[in-house]
Amino acid sequence: MVKRIITMTVNNRPGVLNRITGLFTKRHYNIESITVGHTETEGVSRMTFVVNVDDERIAEQITKQLNKQIDVLKVVDITDQAIIVRELALIKVAVTSATRGEIYTLIEPFRAAIVDVARDSLVVQVTGEPEKIDALIDLLKPYGLKEVARTGTTAFPRGSQRASSTNKSLFII
Amino acid sequence: MAANMKVKERVAKKQTLCGALMLIEALKAENVKVIFGYPGGAVLPIYDKLYESGVFHVLTRHEQGAIHAAEGYARISGKPGVVIATSGPGATNIVTGLTDAMMDSIPLVVFTGQVASNVIGSDAFQEADVLGITMPITKHSYQVRDIHELPKIIKEAFHIATTGRPGPVLIDIPKDMAVAEAEFDYEQDIQLPGYQPTTKPNHLQIRKLVEAVSQAKRPVILAGAGVLHANAHEQLKQYAEQQNIPVIHTLLGLGGFPADHPLFLGMAGMHGTYTANMALYECDLLINVGARFDDRVTGNLAHFAPKATVAHIDIDPAEIGKNVPTKIPIVGDAKEALIQLIEQNGKRPDVSEWLNKLNEWKREYPLMYKREPGVLKPQRLIEMIHEYTNGEAVVTTDVGQHQMWVAQYYKFKQPHRWVTSGGLGTMGFGLPAAIGAQLAQPEATVVAIVGDGGFQMTLQELSVIQELNLPIKIVIVNNQALGMVRQWQEIFYEKRYSHSLIPNQPDFVRLAEAYGMKAMRATTEEEAEYVLKEAFATNAPVLLDFHVHPGENVYPMVAPGKGLHEMVGVKW
Repeated sequence: MVKRIITMTVNNRPGVLNRITGLFTKRHYNIESITVGHTETEGVSRMTFVVNVDDERIAEQITKQLNKQIDVLKVVDITDQAIIVRELALIKVAVTSATRGEIYTLIEPFRAAIVDVARDSLVVQVTGEPEKIDALIDLLKPYGLKEVARTGTTAFPRGSQRASSTNKSLFII
Repeated sequence: MAANMKVKERVAKKQTLCGALMLIEALKAENVKVIFGYPGGAVLPIYDKLYESGVFHVLTRHEQGAIHAAEGYARISGKPGVVIATSGPGATNIVTGLTDAMMDSIPLVVFTGQVASNVIGSDAFQEADVLGITMPITKHSYQVRDIHELPKIIKEAFHIATTGRPGPVLIDIPKDMAVAEAEFDYEQDIQLPGYQPTTKPNHLQIRKLVEAVSQAKRPVILAGAGVLHANAHEQLKQYAEQQNIPVIHTLLGLGGFPADHPLFLGMAGMHGTYTANMALYECDLLINVGARFDDRVTGNLAHFAPKATVAHIDIDPAEIGKNVPTKIPIVGDAKEALIQLIEQNGKRPDVSEWLNKLNEWKREYPLMYKREPGVLKPQRLIEMIHEYTNGEAVVTTDVGQHQMWVAQYYKFKQPHRWVTSGGLGTMGFGLPAAIGAQLAQPEATVVAIVGDGGFQMTLQELSVIQELNLPIKIVIVNNQALGMVRQWQEIFYEKRYSHSLIPNQPDFVRLAEAYGMKAMRATTEEEAEYVLKEAFATNAPVLLDFHVHPGENVYPMVAPGKGLHEMVGVKW
């Protein structure tokens, strides 16, 4: 199984998400995550999919099938390009007065922020590539995770496409 | 007529129209000659305006009949079939037909009623999530949410249904939208940035194919329905003759290349000819023109065309490389691609040895069956129908044994004469499809060849045939069984005939007579001769119930999971 990141712009019409996810179901493709949001153009949304596929042939089929949808304006499999990949996570960790300070120190190298404080918990907000978020969650696990919410991956190509091979290797989610 | 004139005046002034009148005016603007439908609560406002519109509406007796009739119409006329059904059950009854049209790339524009906008989502009477249900089985679909958008939606629907790879487009119209009014402007330009089908093939790829052909020793063309959709039959023949390349058809492609042409090898696939299947196995260059490498054509993909370089011409880029790795992909219209290939006039490959081999196979392994005295063999029946119609009739079928026998023994000489349910394999398709086919070509001889099983799935449409006095000849290949199921049970399930034998079929002759239709039965070849002669001399609908040999199987056959070269039943 290989993971591919596919981004596309779509007409923001009723049912368009249903069309796309329905297509994945119909064709038996596995979605790992989806993000959807507005773009700079009114009426156009961007979707970012992370999918698990058996091989490149299936990845090619996915983009071709998506392209056939009338409401899909552009589809790009950006996995092999130099890309910026981001995800946001909110992590609610159990704390005691003894561990609170420790957690502050621990999250610092991740450039994460504490966005909510309660007597027995903290909410950590972290942004970055999914593997970085995985790493932080692993570190926080021993303290007791109360809740984790992740947005799923959003991504697009960098302005400059140099050194794409090194960028690619960074992204092994 | 007076009302009609009034409508025209209003349109000319671009006046305000209600949704129902917009629909009717749009159909006229699209030059739609006939629509197939069934009224109901949610479409009452539309039917009220149809009442005096002058639009020719065929009331089928079931919505499934309407959509299959529209498919038959589209296949034969080359124009989109138009269907109207009401909300809820009306709409769910067309689901099979939509899927059928989607699988076989048939252009349809289907209007479904919907409950009023303000109650959508409340589980209202006759409400169904038709948009949700039909999304995976339509090329595109709309729900009208703003009456101002209706003209644009209808215009886009016709455009999408008929261009690129054709297919069904559905428009769901809430009841209030049919009465809401807005300005009707049908002259606007279509703007679909997400839908720009490639029709012009890439010149570089064409050159690559020309080069590959010149080097080939054992080239073969596999031609599918794409040739017919593109009206490229002339070009196919011209190209095959220019390059001296033999031609194989898929089931749906039949008629694209004349069956009596020396370069024709027959149909490929599960019940294809030995020569066609072995040619696919042995070829070194396979040129697919407008076929989608369906599993019934390829057999086990691991053994499909193992020695071949594959070139694939298709209007739908997603079909190229989907099932079979393709060296030379050519996205585009079959006609444009073939014209370019002909113009290139590349070096003719040396195929004399290859053609000798193929001709030897044709002689050695023809299609075969045993005639027995006193018994009517279904294969013989199809041959007789072929003789009586000079191979020029429009033939519709359901799915199953009778369909395969028609594909094998009705040697189609011309394009656009063959209407069958290929991809979906829909029982009950043939009879209603014949209605549409006859309306598309009133002068043509139309023969609906159906099984005794499938016939009973849509036989209520006899009523329409009789009412419109369509001179369709209905041929029931009656083996008192669901023949193909029975055949598979015989071969793969140790003759355990689970629910496939129906010895107590109704008297189809008396049934037809109840509809006021002339009907006859034949149980031997002699009787068959007699009733066929009589039927084809009658300019009215006739139903013929042929009691054929019940144990007859379709051969040759590629068993599921096997390669095309492993076919059985090729020789006694």
